[in-house]
Amino acid sequence: MEYHPTIVSFLCNWCSYTGADLAGTSRMKYAPNVRVIRVMCSGRVDPTFVLTAFEEGADGVLICGCHPGDCHYHEGNYKCLRRYKLLQMYLQQMGIEKDRLRLAWISASEGKQFAHLADEMTAAVKALGPCKIKENIETLS
Amino acid sequence: MEANDKKAKPKIKMAVYWGAACGGCCVSVLDVHEALFDVVAAADLVFWPIALDTKYKDVEAMADGEIDLTLYNGAVRNSENEHIAHLLRKKSKILVAYGSCAHMGGIPGLANFSNREGIFERVYQTSESTVNPDRVRPQPVTKVKEGELTIPEFYNDVRTLDQVTDVDYYLPGCPPQTERLVEVFMAIVTGAELPPKGSVVGALEKTQCDECTRKKTENKKIKEFKRPIDFVDDGETCFLEQGVICMGPATRGGCGYRCIEGNAPCRGCYGPPADVPDPGARMMSAIGTMIDSNDEKEIQKIVEQIADPAGTFYRFSLPGSILRRKLL
Repeated sequence: MEYHPTIVSFLCNWCSYTGADLAGTSRMKYAPNVRVIRVMCSGRVDPTFVLTAFEEGADGVLICGCHPGDCHYHEGNYKCLRRYKLLQMYLQQMGIEKDRLRLAWISASEGKQFAHLADEMTAAVKALGPCKIKENIETLS
Repeated sequence: MEANDKKAKPKIKMAVYWGAACGGCCVSVLDVHEALFDVVAAADLVFWPIALDTKYKDVEAMADGEIDLTLYNGAVRNSENEHIAHLLRKKSKILVAYGSCAHMGGIPGLANFSNREGIFERVYQTSESTVNPDRVRPQPVTKVKEGELTIPEFYNDVRTLDQVTDVDYYLPGCPPQTERLVEVFMAIVTGAELPPKGSVVGALEKTQCDECTRKKTENKKIKEFKRPIDFVDDGETCFLEQGVICMGPATRGGCGYRCIEGNAPCRGCYGPPADVPDPGARMMSAIGTMIDSNDEKEIQKIVEQIADPAGTFYRFSLPGSILRRKLL
């Protein structure tokens, strides 16, 4: 059976969710592996959300926010960027591949870019294979 | 003990056990100093390997639920720790995960960055003082001419007490502050109303920062991270504002911020505050707010100054964290 990764994505309400919505209303085709969770701002994405997604079986996590300088709340996306950098360092120490977590800037008009990003990330995660965190935790408990 | 006044209400039975621990938690029980007289006046210590010559078979001979209070300190690292955790659970009315190791994995939990093979390879093979050409390793069962010798099986992972058995309360700290232990003990002895099962006792709901009296500004800004050995503390400003990682924002208060009082940053032994599942995630979230740059390259440079984020943010809590261990 072909392997279909699960990618949990957190999209900010003001830019990225609208961008993803544009991809949909424009009837663009993109990988259905990306499951969208709308948050008010990428700055709302607590690292706990990312870790919990992996714990519950996500193979990849995608965070999208407004382009630098465009945050509806001025600097939520910068906070997200800093947390992302810390998370990447931590995840790599925990033996989790870099490509499983991605941060990208998608504006409200970038439906096409979002569709492309979803395809690209799905392919990258597919190449890595299933993430073993959930399995690992299950054998422990 | 026998000489104590007979009219006093019956003594409670108490046990203290160490799993994968350093012994510090047991010593913290002794650190009650003269209050030890109050403790022994109110409780019979029926099992306490560090201080009493009671055997496992004595515990096995007890009726289920016979022990009123058990303080289990130490993580679960081998089959002996696990066996005794189950045994004491069965024999105890109240089982307390006592100290950081039982609570979140503690320092022994850092072994979850490796596994059994990795640890054995280092300890019995590559360490500088070892000569072991036959690759002799500890075996759970060894046959000798007199019969079989057994030692506990060393597990691949370190686990917290509640990952192995049902725990009633958590008393955090490395070791827990003795004053907090006495408070909790007295509450149990006097029959005060106990908090709901699963509560963290002997600590606050809020963070270290909430108690800490160092000078703080509303918006902390960090341009550079330094290691404690690379800077001179001014003795009064928040450690984070001086660029040194202090686990205060992600750590439960209640210890009296003693490390900070001693001019050392908090390392997080009290575990995360109420409603925070993962101390490291909370720390990354907090530091993310403080880093003073919006430029991707500069941010990268600043975060790289944190030498060991996983080991620093999860120093006492790796097995109890969301991811629990390194993927190998």
